[in-house]
Amino acid sequence: MNTILVIAHLTYREAIRRKIVLAALVLGMAFLLLYGLGFYFIQREITSEMSDLQDKLLHTEASNFLLLAGMYVVNFLTIAIAALVSADSLAGEIQSGTIQSIVTKPIRRSEVVLGKWFGHAFLILLYMILMAGGVTLIVRVMGGFAASNWVTGMVLLYFNSLIIMTLTLAFSSSMSTLATGGAVFGAYGLAFIGGWVERIGSLVSNQTAIDLGIVSSLLLPSEALWNKASSVMTSPLTAMTGMTPFTSGSVPSNLMLGYSVLYLLGMLAITIRRFNQRDL
Amino acid sequence: MTNDYAIETQALRKVFGSNVAVRGLTFEVKRGEVFGFLGPNGAGKTTSVKMLLGLVHPTSGSASLLGRPLEDRQARAQVGFLPEHFRFHDWLTAAEFLSVHGRLHNMTPTRLHQRVLELLELVGLTPFADKQLHTFSKGMLQRVGLAQALVNEPALVFLDEPTSGLDPVGRRLVRDIIRQLRASGTTVFLNSHLLSEVEITCDRVAFIKHGEVVHTSEVSALIDGETTVSIRARGFNQQTLTDLAQWGRAVRTEGDLIIMAISDEDALPAITRRLVECNVEIFSIVPQRLSLEDLFIQVVGTDGGL
Repeated sequence: MNTILVIAHLTYREAIRRKIVLAALVLGMAFLLLYGLGFYFIQREITSEMSDLQDKLLHTEASNFLLLAGMYVVNFLTIAIAALVSADSLAGEIQSGTIQSIVTKPIRRSEVVLGKWFGHAFLILLYMILMAGGVTLIVRVMGGFAASNWVTGMVLLYFNSLIIMTLTLAFSSSMSTLATGGAVFGAYGLAFIGGWVERIGSLVSNQTAIDLGIVSSLLLPSEALWNKASSVMTSPLTAMTGMTPFTSGSVPSNLMLGYSVLYLLGMLAITIRRFNQRDL
Repeated sequence: MTNDYAIETQALRKVFGSNVAVRGLTFEVKRGEVFGFLGPNGAGKTTSVKMLLGLVHPTSGSASLLGRPLEDRQARAQVGFLPEHFRFHDWLTAAEFLSVHGRLHNMTPTRLHQRVLELLELVGLTPFADKQLHTFSKGMLQRVGLAQALVNEPALVFLDEPTSGLDPVGRRLVRDIIRQLRASGTTVFLNSHLLSEVEITCDRVAFIKHGEVVHTSEVSALIDGETTVSIRARGFNQQTLTDLAQWGRAVRTEGDLIIMAISDEDALPAITRRLVECNVEIFSIVPQRLSLEDLFIQVVGTDGGL
């Protein structure tokens, strides 16, 4: 346990020291600023024309829509950060040889993997809190809107980034940094397209398209988790019309959630196994 | 019996794909010994060290460290390792760096704090304790790396090219540290290209070629060992040579050179006297001690084992 903490702390400190966190913070702030400005102007437009109850309803739906749009970007940025911080993690240390003086200590290699996993998980959590918290706060303060099931949505989004981070570590345990980055974004692209195929499929009620989407979710459940997260945060009215580009007509089942948990654990096990077997 | 040895290997072998990196390594290092591991580039030295430290998994064969099987964490708790080149997290400060490595040894914070100060003092880096490692010179990095290898007060230390990149002052420091380690009973496994260093610091050396130990030798035996004498002279005959054989062996001639091996330089005056008595004209008598470098070339060959 001590070792895992030392490695996790080292991973976290490296991200701070190497100004990775700073870069992410500055860009994150820029996004929040832009989002806030956009929200403000759209909000003003709607409010100025608002008169009766019907418009009030429209206002709520618009805020919900904007919240989801913000979260969509937050989801993407968090996934990107998750992949970026972890791609170099094992591969880079193996390549540079810094791993040599670490794993020759009286520790298990699995502890190194777990330490890095927790270190990244903590970094991603900080980023997520800043970004998702910022978006939520903007919508709350400016639009007076709070999504239902917000906490569940956030947990799902965080879980989604952990999946990507774990997949990246798995690639990173047996490939170079560059190959890892390529593989992860390739897999993500596949899942992304699969998600859209499924969405359109459900819109036109084409079962084959839906099945294709499900298969891609099995390869990488990131889009499915986003769908689940966005659907729990969507207001019942919008959900009924199914009109936002951020939600899908076919909401992933709880079975898919269970699968995602197994997927993460499986990837972690593969990482440990590969790293254990590897000559360093 | 195993406990007499700090390192014991039995036909340790590593194959990468179709490339045999280490053919079959068998040797022992006694506890408390400073052991030099020599061989040309590509002889499998680094792979061998990596196998002993559990970084590379052997294809076959077995080995033990401090009487325990490889990859045993209890053995590694008593082992220190300085990798070749500087391969550490250089965004840490010197003190943080040593502290991280001490914590991986599960040292208590109080003990560790004390130890970090001691080590910085030992390698002469106390004024640079709070400087990040990427600002360090090559020599300073080597020193802090060495301190890292000693953080747990190991019973066995692997030093891979510890003096590379060091100026003469740094080299002397490393030498002194190795002497201190030996005095305290620590076993040192030294991987070095600098034969003169090895000659000064090591008790015993092993030469490896193509991933096999081809020769092991006590360094003291080298130094106290045979001396080759080349005598340039004229007017000697077979009888003279037979006479000379009483002080040495392998007497032979090469043109006007008489070459022989003697075990004691004290025989030189007697040899000279006898030659003069036999009316041999002497132009020069040159005793040449077999240096580690000569032995290296002899054992490994001038082709460098390629």
